Amino acid sequence: MKKLILGNAAVARGLYEAGCAIASSYPGTPSTEITEEAAKFSEIYCEWAPNEKVAMETAFGASLGGKRSFCGMKHVGLNVAADPLFTMGYTGVNAGMVIAVADDPGMHSSQNEQDSRHYARAAKLPMLEPSDSGEALEFTKLAYELSEEFDTPVLLKMCTRVAHSQSVAELSERREPEAKPYEKEPHKYVMAPANAIKRHPVVEERLRQLAEWAGTSGINRVEDGRDSSVGIITSSTCYQYVKEACGDRYPVLKLGMVWPLPEGLIKDFAARVERLVVVEEGDPFLEGCCRGLGLSLSGKDCFPLTGELSQNMVAEKLGLDVPKGRGLSEELPNRPPVMCAGCPHRGLFYTLKKLGCTVLGDIGCYTLGAMPPLGAMDMTLCMGASISGLHGFNKARGPEAGGKAVAVIGDSTFMHSGMTGLANVAYNQSDSTVIILDNSITGMTGHQQNPTTGLNLRGDPAGKIDLEALCRAMGIERVRVVDPYDLKACEETVKEELGVSEPSVIISRRPCALLKYVKHKPALKVDAGKCRGCRACMRIGCPAISIKDGKAHIDGTQCVGCGVCGQLCGFGAFKEG
Amino acid sequence: MDTKNIMIVGVGGQGSLLASKLLGHLLMGRGYDVKVSEVHGMSQRGGSVVTFVRYGEKVYSPVIDRGEADAIVSFELLEAARWLSYLKPEGRVVTNTQRIDPMPVITGAAEYPVGLVEKLESAGAKVDALDCLGLAEEAGSAKAVNLVLLGRLSHYFDFPIEAWQEAIEACVPAKFLELNRRAFELGRRTA
Repeated sequence: MKKLILGNAAVARGLYEAGCAIASSYPGTPSTEITEEAAKFSEIYCEWAPNEKVAMETAFGASLGGKRSFCGMKHVGLNVAADPLFTMGYTGVNAGMVIAVADDPGMHSSQNEQDSRHYARAAKLPMLEPSDSGEALEFTKLAYELSEEFDTPVLLKMCTRVAHSQSVAELSERREPEAKPYEKEPHKYVMAPANAIKRHPVVEERLRQLAEWAGTSGINRVEDGRDSSVGIITSSTCYQYVKEACGDRYPVLKLGMVWPLPEGLIKDFAARVERLVVVEEGDPFLEGCCRGLGLSLSGKDCFPLTGELSQNMVAEKLGLDVPKGRGLSEELPNRPPVMCAGCPHRGLFYTLKKLGCTVLGDIGCYTLGAMPPLGAMDMTLCMGASISGLHGFNKARGPEAGGKAVAVIGDSTFMHSGMTGLANVAYNQSDSTVIILDNSITGMTGHQQNPTTGLNLRGDPAGKIDLEALCRAMGIERVRVVDPYDLKACEETVKEELGVSEPSVIISRRPCALLKYVKHKPALKVDAGKCRGCRACMRIGCPAISIKDGKAHIDGTQCVGCGVCGQLCGFGAFKEG
Repeated sequence: MDTKNIMIVGVGGQGSLLASKLLGHLLMGRGYDVKVSEVHGMSQRGGSVVTFVRYGEKVYSPVIDRGEADAIVSFELLEAARWLSYLKPEGRVVTNTQRIDPMPVITGAAEYPVGLVEKLESAGAKVDALDCLGLAEEAGSAKAVNLVLLGRLSHYFDFPIEAWQEAIEACVPAKFLELNRRAFELGRRTA
């Protein structure tokens, strides 16, 4: 049966058809829907792990236990999971294991543009790279075959345009593989030096065999063209841009496996064409490998290292006609993402701005606190860096800084990698004030459960970690809870905790306003007779408030009646709807 | 046939994902090869969002580039203007006349442009502007703007009404089916 299906859902379907039994992931755009969609199949046990390293090790354990397993993550998540990744090549697998990693060229929802293909080479693991949903499904199944045939975890590399595009895929039935027996094999699975030394040559030999397979399997294919003055080597979504721009004009070597590479196939292809062009997003990965084979070619001398490519860009660089569009001549206001109306983070960030705090931030919806008019963030680096960063900042700048600087981190990010930073604050004693923004969900990636919410991936009751008890158990004696809709309480609490010379945690607790169970109040109304147009209410950057004809105006389709704006009004102009 | 290109643009949270899902389902049912490219993640938090719908005999790229769109379906006026350079010279804009101020306008750092419909027309676009929010509220919910827009858009396709109705049934949760059917009808009846 043919179906129009999202790339990530196609990977999930591939997991189902391949008989995957266990999936453990951490959400991250653009990878999240793989595991959410997989959870719709009762045959696959699916979970959100606290972070990507835990997810990968869980999937590894499941493979060792004899079941086909999976873990998925975004590109930066693979940095977190890099430790197990580099040694799993040495151990190999028992049942098949597939790791999906989704890059985000153009940084639609990411803090960097790193190219995950380097991990395949560095960790000496095979990497498949689909170019649409049909291939996403097929390559996922193929990855399990390869994993078991060559005794290795297999990387499946997605990118935003493949993960978040729907295209047509051919669905088939699930094939239930036989569970592999577990046998104790310490020489293979205990990677102490004496065993690991013997495994490294196995890894190198496996890569050689995989490269041979890559040359003959058909996953890397040559598509003929009418004009061999140019020949193009490409993969993933860039293949689609090339075909869109050139049709069947130029021959194309389409790579479905980007590591290890089919050297013979590449050399033969190069010999057939006058000018070789490598079209790839990100780093000159394929280009570097081709140059290593002694080939001369065009690549990043022609195409950018940053951002996404497109069909027009490919056409232009190859000297083909490019359609022209006409925009308006005037400059239009930008529309950056903003905190939603009623977002519980808003009150807390308003307080931090008012108090002039230095704010070491983290990864989540609350990163939007950096945007004007709140502008209450000084640093965002990676998951968990707020707390450890604050500790170092305070150690460097002394007690005076400790009285002004805070870390802000969400509940899910705290569980992911904030806890270890807090352990450092408690253990190595800095006067750090850590604010956990507990909105009872993983927000930015679209509402995933986490260890503090009491529900599992499928929404069923699960273990629930008590944040207050956890912080106390880690050695933080001052743990406070505050409602971020209450500006007065926020200000008093932050001032008090910044004033003490010991580590402290403030839990700013209120569920995300977009959660279905959160009941909204009616939209507020402005009493035009009382409003003086002073714009005090505009300082919180609420998308539901604007100034119309000199007076505050509330957009009734957005306002959820949180009442934070009313607390800023000195004239009582906001009234309940 | 050449590949046809429809862009759906709007503000994160307005419901453009349902519109693109519905169009994809409809076009697939008409026997086309289809690709639909969505935006997830940060932009959904009130940012400018764009979805690409492409259909034809064989579709390669999941995205639409500048000068390629046959139609821009817009949930908000400023967003129609923002993406205008993606429209073909003879292309059409079907837009909701709703205005949603972006943060730079709210903070006073920028002005919301005036006379956008006229400006789009003088730039050569065929513009079909409609108060979809009013009609959505008439149907029963401000959230049904997407189905009002699709109702209006349905005029520009040579598909039987039953095909649209089937797509609505397939893509809308049962609980909201009646509301969305009403919204689609109100949008369709306007032309």
